[in-house]
This record gives sequence, C-alpha cells and structure tokens, in this order.
Amino acid sequence: MTPELGQLALILALAMAVFQAVIPLAGASRNQPVWMAMARPLSWAQFFFLLLAFLCLVQAFATDDFSVAYVANHSNSALPLEYKVSAVWGGHEGSLLLWVLILSAWGFAVSLYSKSLPLVMVSRVLSVMGMISVGFLLFVLMTSNPFLRNLPFPPTDGGDLNPLLQDPGLIFHPPMLYMGYVGFSVAFAFAIAALLGGRLDAAWARWSRPWTTVAWCFLTLGISLGSWWAYYELGWGGWWFWDPVENASLMPWLAGTALVHSLAVTEKRGVFKSWTVLMAILAFSLSLLGTFLVRSGVLTSVHAFAADPGRGMFVLGFLLLVVGGSLTLYAFKAPVVRSKGEFSALSRETLLLGNNVLLAVALAVVLLGTLFPLLYQALWNDMISVGPSYFNFLFVPLCWLTGLLMTVGVIANWKKSLLSWLGRQLMFSAIGSVVLGVALSLMVKGDFTWQALISFVVALWIVAGILLDLRAKTRNKPTLWAGLSSLKPSLYGMHLAHLGLAVSIVGVVMTTNYSQQVDIRMTPGQQAQVGDFTFKFEGVSRGAGPNYLADIGTLRVYRDNEQVTVLNPEKRMYQVRGQVMSDPGIQAGFFEDLYVALGEKMDNGAWSLRLHVKPYVRWIWLGSILMALGGVLAVADRRYRIAVKKNSKQKAGNAAMEKAGSMA
Amino acid sequence: MKQNSRLKLFLPLGIFLVLCGFLYVGLFLNKTDLPSALLDEPFPEFQAVGLKDPSQVITRKDVIIGKPALVNVWATWCIACKVEHPFLTDLAERGVAIIGINYKDDRAEALRWLDQLGNPYLFNIADEDGRLGLNLGVYGAPETYLIDAEGVIRYKHIGIVDENVWQDILKPRYEQLQVK
Repeated sequence: MTPELGQLALILALAMAVFQAVIPLAGASRNQPVWMAMARPLSWAQFFFLLLAFLCLVQAFATDDFSVAYVANHSNSALPLEYKVSAVWGGHEGSLLLWVLILSAWGFAVSLYSKSLPLVMVSRVLSVMGMISVGFLLFVLMTSNPFLRNLPFPPTDGGDLNPLLQDPGLIFHPPMLYMGYVGFSVAFAFAIAALLGGRLDAAWARWSRPWTTVAWCFLTLGISLGSWWAYYELGWGGWWFWDPVENASLMPWLAGTALVHSLAVTEKRGVFKSWTVLMAILAFSLSLLGTFLVRSGVLTSVHAFAADPGRGMFVLGFLLLVVGGSLTLYAFKAPVVRSKGEFSALSRETLLLGNNVLLAVALAVVLLGTLFPLLYQALWNDMISVGPSYFNFLFVPLCWLTGLLMTVGVIANWKKSLLSWLGRQLMFSAIGSVVLGVALSLMVKGDFTWQALISFVVALWIVAGILLDLRAKTRNKPTLWAGLSSLKPSLYGMHLAHLGLAVSIVGVVMTTNYSQQVDIRMTPGQQAQVGDFTFKFEGVSRGAGPNYLADIGTLRVYRDNEQVTVLNPEKRMYQVRGQVMSDPGIQAGFFEDLYVALGEKMDNGAWSLRLHVKPYVRWIWLGSILMALGGVLAVADRRYRIAVKKNSKQKAGNAAMEKAGSMA
Repeated sequence: MKQNSRLKLFLPLGIFLVLCGFLYVGLFLNKTDLPSALLDEPFPEFQAVGLKDPSQVITRKDVIIGKPALVNVWATWCIACKVEHPFLTDLAERGVAIIGINYKDDRAEALRWLDQLGNPYLFNIADEDGRLGLNLGVYGAPETYLIDAEGVIRYKHIGIVDENVWQDILKPRYEQLQVK
C-alpha cells in the first residue's frame, strides 16, 4: 500500500507545483494580491506531499519491500538499517526524488523567511521555483519512478547496495551536495524574479545574498565530503580525480563563489548588475547541466547512473527550456547602462571583478575539459580522453592568480585606491611571504619543487592580507581586543573563508608533493620504514561484518621506538554481489595521515601491502570546513544585525517609559 | 552604442545553444558501440611489450588465442576500472578469457594493482604511450572489446562491465561466437 501512497503523494505534489508555478506569477502580472498570496501555502503543500512520498520510499526500504523494483535493485535484507535508509538515494530514481524534496524544502524555507520581502517578489520567486519543481517531478514520474512494482513475482531478496556506497560518508555526501546544487535555485529564482519585475537593484542583491551563501556552504561541504569519501573508501589515498561527475559539482561551486562575491559588490556599490545576474543564472544552470551529465549517460564515469537516452532527452529538453529561457530573458531585460565614474580602474570593485573573471575562466577550463571528449567525437567522429594533466596544468596557475589577487582586493578600498598607497600597504607582506615561502619550501622534508614554493608563497600572502586588514581595522581602537570585538561577524566570515582557501592550498601542495608511499610484501613480524615511521606487520585474521567477510590486518606503527598507533586495514568480501573491497586502515592526524591498504594474500602467510604517509592531507578538508564556517558567520551577521536593531529599539522604548515614570 | 551592448548580452545564450547542440548530438553518439570503422574488422596490427615482462614482444597474433576473448582496456588512474575489476576476476573464474591492455599507465603502479586486487588477465599488453589504444579508437578506460577466435572485433563496450552488462549484452554475443 505504502508505495502506492507515495506515488499518489508524488502526483499531488506535481499538481501543487503546477499551481505554484502558474497562480502567483499570473497574480504578480495582473496585480491580484490573493493569487500572489497563494504562493506560500502552495509551497507548503508541495513540500508536505514530497516529504510524504519520500518517507513512503524510506519505509519501503526499511521494511525490505522487494516488490518495489527500486528497492530490490538497491537494497538487501542483510544491509544494516542506516545503509537501508541511505540506499534510498543510492540510485538514480531515489536520488532524484531527494533532489526534488530538497528543492521544495528550499521553497518552504523561502516562504518562511521572506516576511520582509514585497509580496510581488515572493510570489515571483516561489513561482519560478515551482516551475523547476514541475520539470523535475515530471522527470521522476515519466522516466524514473521509484515506486514501480515488481509484480506478480517479487524477488525474495534484493540485489544489494553497491559496497562502495555502504559507508557513512555516503549517507551525508549526496544530501549535502544536493542542498548546495538546489540551493542555487533560490538565487536563480531571485534573479529571474528581478529580471521579470525589472528590479535589479541593491535590495535584490541583499535578499539573494544569505540564500546564496548558505547554498554555497552546503556545496562546499558536499564536495569535500565526496573528496574525503573517495580518499578513504577507494583505498588509493587520492582525494580528487577530475572525474566528470566531480567536475560537475566543481563547476557550480566556481560559479557560486563568483556569485557570492559579485553579489557583495552589487549590494554595496550597485554595480556589475548584469554580471551578477548572469552568475546567478549560471550557478544554477551548471547544477542542472551536472544533473544532465550524470544521468544521461553522455559521459562515462564511476558516478554515472544507468545510461538512458530517454532520460537524457528529457533533461536536455528541460535544460533548454530553463537555461535557454532564462538566458533569453537575460538578453532582453538585463541592464546595459554602464555605471560610469563610480569607481576607478584600481579599486576593490575592479579587483573583485578581476577575481570573478578568473573564476569564470577556471570554470571554462573545467567545462571544456569535461566536455571535450564529447565535442571531439561529435566533430571528428573519433574518441579521446582528457586526463588530469590538462586540468592540473591550467587550473593550478589560475588558483595561484586568484589567491594573489584576493589579498589585493581585501586591502584595496571601494571606489578608488592609489597604486602607491597599495604598494606601501602590501610591500612588507609581499617580501615576508616570499622569504617565508622560500624558507618553508627548503625546510620541508623532500625535494624542492617550484610548485610547492609558489603555493606556499600564495598561501602566506593570503594569510598576510587577512592580518594586514585586521590590523588596519583595529589600529585606531585603544586595545587590540577592543578593536577585534568591534568588528562585524561578516568580516570575520570573509577572512575565515579566505583562510580556509590558504589552508586547503597548503594541504593540497603538501599531500601532492611530499606524500610517501611504499608497496611491499610483508610476512608477519616483518617491519618496514616509511619516512619517520616504522610499520610492523603482525598478520591477518578473519572477521565478519553484518553482510561481509573480512581479512583484517594488524600493523603496529612506531616513531622513534614509541608506538604511535595500531592500524587495521581490511579486505572485505561482500557476499550478495561477491565484490571485494579494500577498507584501508587510517590514523588521521593534524600533520600527517598514516594510511595502509591491504593487498593480496601471497605464499607463506605473506601479504602485499601499501603503506602511505600523507602529510597535511586533513588540511584540504579542514580548509573547506573553514570556508563553510566563514559563510555561516557571514549569514549569521545579517540576522544578528536585525536582532540588535530590534533590541536597541526596545531598550530605547523602555528607557523612555522609565523616564516618563520617574517624571510622573 | 546601446544596441551594441544589448547584442553582447545575447552572447551567453548563443554559447549555451551551441553547447546544447553538442549535447544533443552527444546523446545519440554511440558510446557503447564501436565506431563503425573497426566493427567486424580484424584486430589492428601492433607491436607492444608485455606488462609483467617488458622484454616480451606482443603482436597481433598473440591476441588470437583460438577462442573468443574479451580485451579489456584498463588503467590504475581510472576509478571505474577499480569498480569493474572484481567482476572481471569473477568472469575469469567462470572461464572467460580476458586479455588486458594497460592503457597510458605506469608499469609499477599497474603491477601493484594486479598484485593487490588480483589478476583476471591471461596476459597484459603495456600500452604506455596509448598508440594501440589510438589504433583501436579507445575513448577512455574501461573499455571492453569482444573478439572472436580469428581475432576479429565483434563488439565493443564502453564503461564498466558488470553482471547486467555481461548478461544482457556481452554474454549472448560471446556464446554465439563460441558456437561458431
């Protein structure tokens, strides 16, 4: 019964989405307040029905209802409960349902936190979000229904979830990622609503900013969760592969990062409106493109869902409608008037625009690299593949440039900065970061590389910019503490996010350049030296998990004859699919990870093993956590300011009353 | 002047439409079939060295083993290959002959891979510079060619070979070739 209930809820959600797309928009154009006011309740209804449908699917998984084809293909009765639940989004149909659910949740949030917005704006925004929902719900119902039954002969047990996906990281990775992807739909809807109403102004930018930043935080965390998962689950110690689907998540992130910054300029200075609106359209369009690439089978990838041209056609048509439609609207309605004379060639505005352009170029590099095999085949009917060398060759220098420009942008003034003044401000930081960078790259254990040197300098330069700005802003206060506590949380947010980038750069460059790795055949009792660490192999025992058998190795790790840790790499044999998975033993550390993967059994009780020491690898993800935290601080600031205003009004009121009382 | 700047705003739309054109074509490009040129053609002439033993010279006639076989293109840099690997091992245990082409890869890494994950291959051709791959029209890894007992390419599958692909696509063709 429950799957049918879910199916019904999906259809009802579609109906609500259709109403939500049509009625408020018609109301906005005909100035009918009642029609416009329906936007909010309709978005609640849509969210409710989607939540219901989603819970029905969760229930089907939790109760092992293998008469539902999707459950039978992606679950198994021996699967632990938490993986049964996460298996809901382990395949195409369910993850798409999660996508729409999150979309409607964002719509729900917009309807709740838009009290201060004009009704016309809210109705247009929710209507645009309704249109997107209609498209995706049609996609689910027409091509990818998760509730289809396997009747009359349901299998007795399911085909199991891919063992690669049976992992805590994968419980959170897709929801986080989708929160980010889909979150950009809010910025997109605001942009379209503003274009429709002809109101591209500072108010529009102010409304969009918190939504964009929150979505960006989710996407940042989602991507780094994915990277972390690849690191410990694939058993290679790699953390980024330039895989088409990884690129599909990186592209909206780059556009979103550009958007977050250009929104700031548009809000504060009222310029770059056309560019900002384009970035808002782009960020969400790239999320949609990512969906297309992953689900159409156009590109081959480890993440790719089952290829199906029917689905591909649907998404392409939808993409054409949404992106083509919004870009047409953009072409006709975006403002062309250049805001003249408001800022000079050297100002924070131009520097931010410069970094926006760098981000856009980086985006183009990734897009081209991802689609090139496709273009090549279409044009010359031949097949090629683009490897990581292309991406690294172009992407890394762009990162450096962005980092270098970033600090100048942080220090420069709005409107106008004098070159001589900027030079004086930055000279010591420049000399300092170069000297310290050279020193670091010589001190680090391992061979000198130019890549490491430049990256150190860039990271130090970013940190120097943060310190310089904090000093400039606190210099006139009596004490440093008084100065620091007078600064706004959003400023700290910005600096924290920038610091995150520096931290990630250090993590990437250390891991890439100074990781040590030994592949070795070991008999029990044997020792091996990797860097400063001695790994002592104690043998392999048999164990069993809920749905797998495992060979579990034991290695004691010593540094200077003191035991650091015991690692237990596993080789798991998942019984349902007969797949073998390596589960590495990892000792995570702030300065280095010890990482051991168990290989094949050899003669005489010997095993092949791969031992890694990976310096600073945690910093890659630590950096992205800092970036996301920075975003949270920046958003918290706005609410905080509103709350304070209310508070002070209240205080003033109280004071007035007290005064009146004392006078009486 | 104003007209001009308005025209610029159409640029994103133009780029997007061109992109859609490619994506549309892309949907109908056969990524699972061979470009027609090599289908039912003999395996191309080549000369390469073995993966395990770089002094061993392998040519086209080594690929003709007198029964149908799968030729699997793989590399250690390819994540999908890692996903595919256990199933290949499984297939090899069922008695299917699989020849490996280690494509644009590092020899030491590749040997470690086989050492750690198991070796389902009869033998492996080291195609370090990707020349054999180029002649075969390799799009990326993993790719699997089905060749018959005379070394004629009968089918090409792009992407991971798993139980579904094997049962639905490759096995029927493989069995047909066995009967011949």
